[in-house]
Amino acid sequence: MCLAVPMKVIEIHGSPDDFLSGQIAVVDVDGIRKETRLDIVDRWPNIGDYLIIHAGFAIHTLDPKEAETNIRLMREMAEKVETIESSPNRL
Amino acid sequence: MKYVDEFRDPALAEPLIEELHSAVSKPFRIMEVCGTHTMSIFRSGLRTLLPKGIELISGPGCPVCVTSASHIDTILAMAERKNVRIALFGDLFRVPGSTGLSLAHASSKGAGVDIVYSPMDSLELARKYPEDLIVFLGVGFETTTPGIAATIMAAKNSDVDNFAVFSTHKVMPPPLLALLDDPELQIDGLLCPGHVSSIIGACAYQPLVDQYGLACVVGGFEPADILQALILLARQIDRGEACVENAYIRAVHWQGNIRAQQMVNEIFEPVDMEWRGLGVIPESGLVIRKEYEFFDAEKRLDIKVTPAKEPKGCHCGEILKGKELPSQCPLFGKRCTPGNPIGPCMVSSEGTCAAFYKYAE
Ligand code: SF4
Repeated sequence: MCLAVPMKVIEIHGSPDDFLSGQIAVVDVDGIRKETRLDIVDRWPNIGDYLIIHAGFAIHTLDPKEAETNIRLMREMAEKVETIESSPNRL
Repeated sequence: MKYVDEFRDPALAEPLIEELHSAVSKPFRIMEVCGTHTMSIFRSGLRTLLPKGIELISGPGCPVCVTSASHIDTILAMAERKNVRIALFGDLFRVPGSTGLSLAHASSKGAGVDIVYSPMDSLELARKYPEDLIVFLGVGFETTTPGIAATIMAAKNSDVDNFAVFSTHKVMPPPLLALLDDPELQIDGLLCPGHVSSIIGACAYQPLVDQYGLACVVGGFEPADILQALILLARQIDRGEACVENAYIRAVHWQGNIRAQQMVNEIFEPVDMEWRGLGVIPESGLVIRKEYEFFDAEKRLDIKVTPAKEPKGCHCGEILKGKELPSQCPLFGKRCTPGNPIGPCMVSSEGTCAAFYKYAE
């Protein structure tokens, strides 16, 4: 089951080049601390970034600004503004 | 957590639903490929709020559902072996093989079966049961495979030698191309799976646009995400256009997650794979490369997948192809219920039959 909600990074252990050290981030889920592996995440996160997590592995990092942008785009769409011609979600 | 609420805020969904109503100019059919989409659409009650013109059909995107009876039988045969413990994601536990028995039965008869949250947990099991070979059941699509590849890598790096993976991993684009080749399947657009796309990138759907003129939009899993994707699909269809669009930019980029792709390529290689209902599809599966065969359960246990029959009367195959609804299966809700499932589409929490049963359509 996929969780679409990004979770906030509060601690990081290990480093991106050292596979033996155990690459782990601690994220905050409704006030509960949870560990997630960083072996396959697309970008090594910083504290305060958000992670999308699947089966115990972070798969995508986004910074707080990206997270905000996503919410804003949704709001704009909700306000019936034709955003799609100009917005970055047009690929 | 404020961030979660933002995406679940009903005040956000209402105007999106209104906008969707005004975007739909003619009836159309969308296939939602991902089982998580199917469940989210039901659970949030979106189905009843959508404009009449939109027909949503489920596709082959529930990994447990598309696992063939022959693979389930092989798993059951492994579970019977002495000194083998099966580690799995919970959904597979109750899926019956061709004889009607499942891992749940095997477990009640004493077989070692452990439900885990992450494949990495199987390495803990390997330490806990040094006498046993821990076989992790690799069932899943592009989102699941990188984590399993990372687990094999971790096992190698930390010299865990009583761990192996039974790989029935599948990749998403090939079955979609196979389905679209079938002239009976009439669809106008594809709601592309969010987290699979996070790994393979939105670019993976360009062939569907180029070859079949299909509108493709990647969507997330919250109701607002799904509505946003449906609006983009409706607009494309209205304009008679087809392109790949991304309504899930917080998780998906055009090229996907290159690090995860590399991890998968290091450990796995493409193979022709059997899908329930769809048969064998060329290069639609992944098996462990020769260099890592020490972690390949089929090799370690010298076991072969042999053809097996699907449960009699079960229409999962037709449902996975988007050709039938669960209600068209004669066993639905009668002999087949979540309490006594006949086919995997009723077992999996992402299965279409389970969704229809639970949310009583
Ligand atoms: S209702 Fe049961 S038997 Fe019928 S298709 Fe669904 S899973 Fe198979």
